[in-house]
Amino acid sequence: MSDSAKISYGKLITNGIFSENPVFKLALSLCPAVAVTTSVKNGFLMGVAVLFVMTMVNITVSIFRNLINPKVRIPAYILIIATYVSMTDMFMAAYARTAYREMGLYIQLIVVFAIIISRAELFASKNKVVPSAVDGIGMGLGFLGALVLIGAIRELFGKGSLMGVSLVGQNPLLIAILPTGGFFVIGLLMGLFNWIEIKRGGNPSSGGGHH
Amino acid sequence: MFKDLGTIFIASAIINNFVFSRYLGLCIFFGVTKKMETAVGMSMTFTAVMVISAALSWLVYNLVMLPLHLGFLKIVLFIGIVAGFVQGADTVLKKLNPTLYYKLGIYLVLITTNCIILAVPVINADEKYNFMQSLTLGLGSGAGFSLALILMASIRERLELANIPRPFQGMPIAFIVTGLIALAFLGFSGLITL
Repeated sequence: MSDSAKISYGKLITNGIFSENPVFKLALSLCPAVAVTTSVKNGFLMGVAVLFVMTMVNITVSIFRNLINPKVRIPAYILIIATYVSMTDMFMAAYARTAYREMGLYIQLIVVFAIIISRAELFASKNKVVPSAVDGIGMGLGFLGALVLIGAIRELFGKGSLMGVSLVGQNPLLIAILPTGGFFVIGLLMGLFNWIEIKRGGNPSSGGGHH
Repeated sequence: MFKDLGTIFIASAIINNFVFSRYLGLCIFFGVTKKMETAVGMSMTFTAVMVISAALSWLVYNLVMLPLHLGFLKIVLFIGIVAGFVQGADTVLKKLNPTLYYKLGIYLVLITTNCIILAVPVINADEKYNFMQSLTLGLGSGAGFSLALILMASIRERLELANIPRPFQGMPIAFIVTGLIALAFLGFSGLITL
């Protein structure tokens, strides 16, 4: 058990970032991926919030995995998630005021992100604390990376800037930061990843679009 | 008073449509719009649950939590209210109307942990709406979501017959279609100035 766990830490991380990327591969938790990615900064903050919540939830669920009665596990997980989300929410309301005004609603809605509850259910409830933490970090990093990538593309095309630094001086393609642009960018990126997968001889995941 | 409610209804159903401009409920939106029948069932269930959970959570939030200074617990409580109500509705429906239960029962289970349902009480609390305004927001959001589901289901039924490049089959094309509908909905943005 411990041997196999040892080898797989690196694998767990890359698994979350590439082969099971929450946004592009699993098509889970898409709402925030479109909603908050109008700039790199917002995408990054959201990603960090999810990374924190996911890691802490995985650790907590893993610690209590033998105490939680399987019949009430889903409500128990939701309570654990809601606790950490409330913490994040209050922390951001206090320390990141401008960003919070734009995306406060979505921070509170982290509580129902399918990706967090599915990792708690599929991984943390069956594994020891350290692998669960690593899995949470890997998945969180995959989510963070996806949000930053989408944010960078939308900010570059929509505002002509990156990380708030103006590169072009005007809005080259305003549509990219409008709601429409978010859907287009994600659709095109998913298509691109599928295309790469097909070129490499794999089978493109036909994203299920689960909640 | 009624003008105010009308504004909230139109704003939440069309201008700030949950799917096309607030990006909520995307998972359900992409998940159930493959068939028209499921989309219709889903939109009816969602609208009902949204209105009722808006009412319940308004009562609990304003009559119990605010007087006791428990505002910081709102996330935990709202999700508890929604989950409890959905579970209750599930049991009652099974007993009273089994036919309807077998039609809508599967959707009820999916609803509990859905961002679009939870968003209604959260927005009501953030905007400090009164009771009637909260109900209207629930109803308007439900109507907007139903509109989105039915539009998308109609398009996807046609999309089945289209010849789409292989990398774009499935989710990518669904995203791009949604983007196009969102572009059309952008045209509503000047309808009412709030």
